[in-house]
Parts: sequence; C-alpha cells; structure tokens
Amino acid sequence: MVHVSPAGRAWQRFRRNRLGFVSLIVFCILVGLSLVAELVSNDRPLVVVYQGQVYTPMFKDYPETTFGGDFATPTDYLDPFIQKKLAEPGNWAVFAPNRYGPRTLNYFAPAPNPAPPGAANWLGTDDRGRDLLAQLIYGFRVSVLFALALTITGVALGVITGAIQGFFGGKTDLAFQRFIEVWGAMPELYLLIIFSAILAPSIALLLILLSLFGWMGLSDYVRAEFLRNRQMDYVRAARALGVSNWKIITRHLLPNSLTPVVTFLPFRMSGAILALTSLDFLGLGVPPGTPSLGELLSQGKNNIDAWWISLSTFGVLVVSLLLLTFMGDALRDALDPRKADA
Amino acid sequence: MTGVTPLLEVSGLHIAFGAREVVHGISFSVGVGEKLALVGESGSGKTVSALSLLGLVQGASVRGQAVLHGGDQVGGSVDLLALPERALQAIRGQDIAMIFQEPMTALNPLFTIGEQIAEVLQQKMGLARVECAQAAITLIADTGIEEPERRAKAYPHQLSGGQRQRAMIAMALACKPKLLLADEPTTALDVTVRRQILDLLTDLQRKHGMAVVLITHDLNLVRQFADRVAVMEDGCVVEQGTVDAVFANPQHGYTRRLIASKPQRDVVDPGTDAEVLVQGQAVHVCYPIHRPGVRGWFSNGAFVAVTGADFEVVAGQTLGVIGESGSGKSTLALATLGLIPFEGDLRLLASTWGQGVSQDRALRKAVQVVFQDPFSSLSPRMTVEEIVGEGLQVHAPELDVSARRQRVQAALLDVGLDEEQFAGLLQRYPHQFSGGQRQRIAIARALIVQPRVLVLDEPTSALDVTMAQQVLQLLQQLQKERGLAYLLITHDVDVIRAMAHKVIVMQRGRIVESGPTEEVMQRPRDTYTRTLLAASE
Repeated sequence: MVHVSPAGRAWQRFRRNRLGFVSLIVFCILVGLSLVAELVSNDRPLVVVYQGQVYTPMFKDYPETTFGGDFATPTDYLDPFIQKKLAEPGNWAVFAPNRYGPRTLNYFAPAPNPAPPGAANWLGTDDRGRDLLAQLIYGFRVSVLFALALTITGVALGVITGAIQGFFGGKTDLAFQRFIEVWGAMPELYLLIIFSAILAPSIALLLILLSLFGWMGLSDYVRAEFLRNRQMDYVRAARALGVSNWKIITRHLLPNSLTPVVTFLPFRMSGAILALTSLDFLGLGVPPGTPSLGELLSQGKNNIDAWWISLSTFGVLVVSLLLLTFMGDALRDALDPRKADA
Repeated sequence: MTGVTPLLEVSGLHIAFGAREVVHGISFSVGVGEKLALVGESGSGKTVSALSLLGLVQGASVRGQAVLHGGDQVGGSVDLLALPERALQAIRGQDIAMIFQEPMTALNPLFTIGEQIAEVLQQKMGLARVECAQAAITLIADTGIEEPERRAKAYPHQLSGGQRQRAMIAMALACKPKLLLADEPTTALDVTVRRQILDLLTDLQRKHGMAVVLITHDLNLVRQFADRVAVMEDGCVVEQGTVDAVFANPQHGYTRRLIASKPQRDVVDPGTDAEVLVQGQAVHVCYPIHRPGVRGWFSNGAFVAVTGADFEVVAGQTLGVIGESGSGKSTLALATLGLIPFEGDLRLLASTWGQGVSQDRALRKAVQVVFQDPFSSLSPRMTVEEIVGEGLQVHAPELDVSARRQRVQAALLDVGLDEEQFAGLLQRYPHQFSGGQRQRIAIARALIVQPRVLVLDEPTSALDVTMAQQVLQLLQQLQKERGLAYLLITHDVDVIRAMAHKVIVMQRGRIVESGPTEEVMQRPRDTYTRTLLAASE
C-alpha cells in the first residue's frame, strides 16, 4: 500500500480536473516548443550539404562565398540566388518549418509591408517586414521566461518577508507592515517611466523594477498563514522538543503555509505576462528590436488595416492567459481543503 | 411510550452525501412534551439526522419519512421530508426550533440579542415593533438572564458563554415551538454553567409542555435530562428505550461499551521517597494586553493568567489541575514547559528554564507534552516517522537512519501502534488515523526522548468517550511501567478521579484548593470546588 502525501493527493485531484490538466500539458508543450524556437522558426538552415561538404549554419556564420556568392558577407539564405545554389543536384539543406528568425527582414519579399498572410509568410508580416509567426513564437518565449523569472523572484521575496513577519511577529511584524504600507503607496508606473527615461531599457531592469513591487500581496498571505500556523499545537510540540527556530520554519511552518503561494502561481504568471505586454504596448518595456507581444499589439493599433497583426497577437495572448487561468482554477480546487476527496 | 401522543415520527431515514450513506434508515419518534436524547459518538450521524428534519443539510440526498402531527402551520399530519422549502420555512422556528452547540457563531455579532429575538417575533408572529421589543425582554427574563432590559441591548460578544446560550434558547422559544432540537447545547460551556443551562431547559420544557430532542455524546446529560434515549452508532439506531431501562439493562454491545466508558482508576502510589521532579513556588505568569485609548500607544497593560501557584510533582505521580476555561491551567502547563516567560521559582529536576542553551536542551528532553487536539498537534504534511522521529534528531543526532527508525517503531509499539494493524505505518500521514490513534502518535512523539515528566494538556477532551478511556488506560500503564510524572490539565472531574494522585483546583489564575485527590473529592473545602464537583455529578 502506497501512502499518499497531502501534496500527492492535491496532484491527483488536479489531474482529475480534465480542463486544468489538459491546459497544463498544452501549456508545457507550447513553452517547450518556444524554448527550441530556433528549430521551429529560423532564417538559417539547420544543416546544409553543399558540394559534398556539411555545414551547420544554425550555429556558425558562413560567408556567402562558401555557397558560390560574390561577397564575404554572412549568407542570406532567403536570397533566391543562394536558394538556387542549394537546390542544385547533390546539394541539399534542412530548413526550419518557418524560414524566418525574429529579426529577419525579407529583402526579396514580393509584397509591400505589412504583407497579408500567404505562402511566403504564413501569418503575414509586420510593418517592418518581419515574419509575424516568428515574432509571435519568440515573443511568447520572452513573455513566458520573463513571467517565470518575475514569478520566482516575487514568490521568493514574498515568502521570505511573509515568513519573517509571521514567525517573529511583534515589533518585527509591526515595522515590516508599516514599511509595506509606505512601499506599496509608491506610484509604480511613474517610477517605471522615470527609470526607462534615465536608464537604457533592458529586460533585467524591467525584472528588477517589477520584482520590487510584486512581492507585497503574497507576503501578506504568507504572513497570515504563518501567524495562524505558529499557534498550532504541532509547532508548540516542536518547541517543547527543543527544535530550533530555523527547523521549525523550514520543516513545520513552510510546508503548511505554501498553499496560497501555490494557488496563486498560475495567476501570478498570467499577471506577469500581461504586465510585460502592457509595458511593451506603452513602449516602456523591452528594448527595441526584441520580439514582444505588446509591441506587436501597438503595431496592430497603428495599422488597423493589417488585421492579421492584431488578431494573431490577440489570439496568442488569449490562449496563453486562458491556459494559465484554467490551470490556476484547477490548482485552487485541488488545494481547497473543503472540497471532498471523492 | 404508551399513553403519549406522537408528535414526530421518523421512519426509514436515509441520508447520503454523494455515494456515501451516513445514516442508514433510522426510525424514532417523539411524543408531545417528551424528552428524547439522541446519543452517539462523533460521526454517528446524530446531528445530520436532526438537521435533515428541517431541511438544513446541504448537498445531501435524504430518503424516508418524518411525519409531524398537529403542527400549527400546516395542520394535520405532514411529512417534513416531502415538504417544499417554503412550507418548511414556516415550520422552522414556529413548530420546530433549534439551538446549536456554539452560541458565539450561531448569533449574529452585528445585532444586539434583543434585536435578534425581536426579529424572530416580527417575522413569525407578525407583532408590531414596540411589542416585539417588549416581548423579547420578557423572553430574555424567562431564560434567567439578570437585568433583561440592559442585556437586551448587549451584543453577543458582551455576554458570557452561558448568557449567550440562554439568549439562543430565548430566541428558539420565541414562537412557543412544539419541538425543540438541541444540538449539544452545553458542550461549548464550562461545567458549572452546563448544569444551569440544563436546568433551564428542563424548566422551560415543563412550562411550555414542548418536546425536546437532545443531541449529545454526554451520558451524564442524558441521565439527568431525558425520558427516552436512542443510541446511534455509524448511522444506525442500535438501541432505544426509556432512560432507566437502557441504563439499567443495556441490550446492545455498543450501548454497554458507552455506559462502561467512564474512566477507571488504575494507578499505583509512587511511595514516599520518590524524587520530586517539578516544584513550583509562587509561579506568576502575565500576558501583555492592549490598553484602550491613547495610553495603549505607549504601554501595554498586563493580564495576570496565573499568580502565586505552588505545586509539586513527584516521579510516578499524577498532579491533576482542574478548572474552567480561562482559569489559567493551560498557562501553567506552558510555563512548566518553558514555552512562555514566567516569574517565581520553578524547579525542574534541580534545574530551571533559561540557564543556557545546553541546560534547556537537557530539560526539554526530560519534560514533554501531549496536547488536547490531536488534529492540530500533528503536522499534516509530515509522515508518522518524521513526526515521531523529530525528537531524536534533536536529542540523539548521532543515530543513523536505520537506528532512528528502530527507535520510532519501538515508541509506536509502546503506544499500541504496529505494522500489523497499519501496513506501512511509518510512511502514513496523520489524516489516515482516527482521533484516538493520532493522540497515541502524539504520546509516542513525547515518549521517544524518554522524558521523566509529561505535561498532559486536556489529553482526552477532544476524543470520543470510548477512545478517551483507551488513551487514559494507556497513560496509566505507561506511568506504572516507567515511573513517569504527569501534570494533567483537565476540566473533567471524571478524568481527575481516574488519574490523579493529587489535585489542584484553579479559578481565575489562583489555586483555590489543593490536596490528595480523595480528600478534595470527598471533602471539598472551597465553595468553587463544591460547585465544580456538583456540576459534574
């Protein structure tokens, strides 16, 4: 007989929620695909065999002269001349399914930019001629990774500060609470605007600024859980056994106080994705040239006629936020102690 | 029950939550003006059965019949279980009223009790506002609350537990119901108040000639109060009859166990030369409390929880500490454990708390504790092995994993838990055990470091009677085998009678009486001790 831990039971209940579990799988696949985006959407071939020689342009730059071109510049594999060379008998190349990278400009495009969806660009191009599908794949990756990093730092800060307040209570708690009140009253958006004016915009800067303000809500939850749990008899019993404060926190209090943290994880992720998107939309986010969903949305706003830009970006956002919300719902139900264990 | 006109006849009542049936076709009846007690342990389905009569069980499927005869609202006989919600609403409060276990949560904290009673009158009797307020005061006076005019304007938190329960009773009786369902009406109250509430219910029952269904686990209550009793076990009524007949000659094995579950005394005297392990002199504990107004910004007031406590525990002996909630007995336990700061002289094994880290650690090994609530005293996310083995990690860190596991198994065996009963015992989590088994695990956690003194803070009051008896037997046996000294905190005179060699009685932070158990029980000197003893007759 296998004895299931409370966490194991929660996982089983989560799995029983079809919508949430399928959302988790789909989301994991999407994230997995975006992590290997270079294999999915790339302007360089993965492998080239040219005149009996094997080249890996994905990892290495080759001058155009390698493939019979005239100049020693890096090869543009969208160039019809190069493509013709590669198609000669005996030569072959394996391309990614979508032949554009995040920054690729197709100088040989047949249609003016932004171009509607077609055989050349499956979802069309944006107003600079970059492939929209590639933009979305790489933009999704940036969003998810950013959200993940922001969630991790926010959770770490929130749990640590909440634990300190809740465990020690008294004056420590009082001081921290007042600090949070002052800190929480700072105008976050204006600070972002000011900082993006002073410092060069970068993802790291954005991560730091958003982390500085993102931990307070969670810290309150963890604090409340700690305040509740430290009154419990099992903590008293541990004290009576002479267990150290640190052990009591890590072994007794933390595992029993993380339910709200876990419950909020997917919602924090979706919140973080949305935050990055809106900052990008306002032009306060990632540095120019970085593929970003928010920037695409603002392009969509500026080019209302190019419906494919706004529609497909909107689609990606809706799908990823919905998946996260479904997961969050399922997780919340799985961790709800009042729900029957049917 | 011959000669009594039936008021409510329940037959074949089934209640199921989803696929799980909790009540399996029970039948009982209550006559006009009759007092029926529904007795059983927690989880036997007694409360759910009563609530289902008024359609108050949510998410359950209820089958069977519950016929109410001669109700004012519907006239004639009606099947309560077949009635639509609207008709039931008319019956609730009017024909059948209910009082609950915990009056603090059953009363609305935002309204005065006068308003709450007046609301019932207004809704159900259609009285005018002024009349309602007046009638509410009369009702409050009827339940024996002093200064009814003033109390009617009080909010629930301004009343004592007993007064709140009286207010609940006043509210339930507002419409002169024919049947009162009382769900553990005295369980949340202190022993001395319990008796008063029971007397009040008896009085009012006689005055109004109403029938009462008393739901309880307390056989003393049944004996004092009820005419007839129905004993429930696992959703079945296993025995019913008049109280005298059932108590004198119980037919069913479960009833016999229940009646015999009064704890038995089985302790040996420690002898005169036994070592004194704990000695307290003028122990004083106070808590900081918030002072009202501007003064509270700068300094805290002090609430004296225990003052001037002198006591002594000898090896192999049990010192019982008895008192009501708020009397400071649990505070005394925490001070003995060194978990809260105290003043005065408290010597444990010729040492005391706060002499330094290593001395404190040695003392922690010698003084252990078992708490009241077996559900909050075990961390739900740790396995039995982790819970019981924790003390070894602190006090015997040199042990490797397999040696520690052996010690854990031995400790669990000592409290009567082994692999044969529970496959994979060590890897189980607390939620897989019943209350009594959890309490055994808590005892094993304390015993594994081989303490000399065990502080027992209400070790059995959260358990059902049969479980409680087993746990007490285990504690008695362990004391005899190991010469443990117990500091036993309880509000239950029966537990003191069964366990304690010496007893101290506490009231409002002071020890009002102390002495050998028999002497205090037979010849109580203090008036408070007498009330306490009389209340638990």
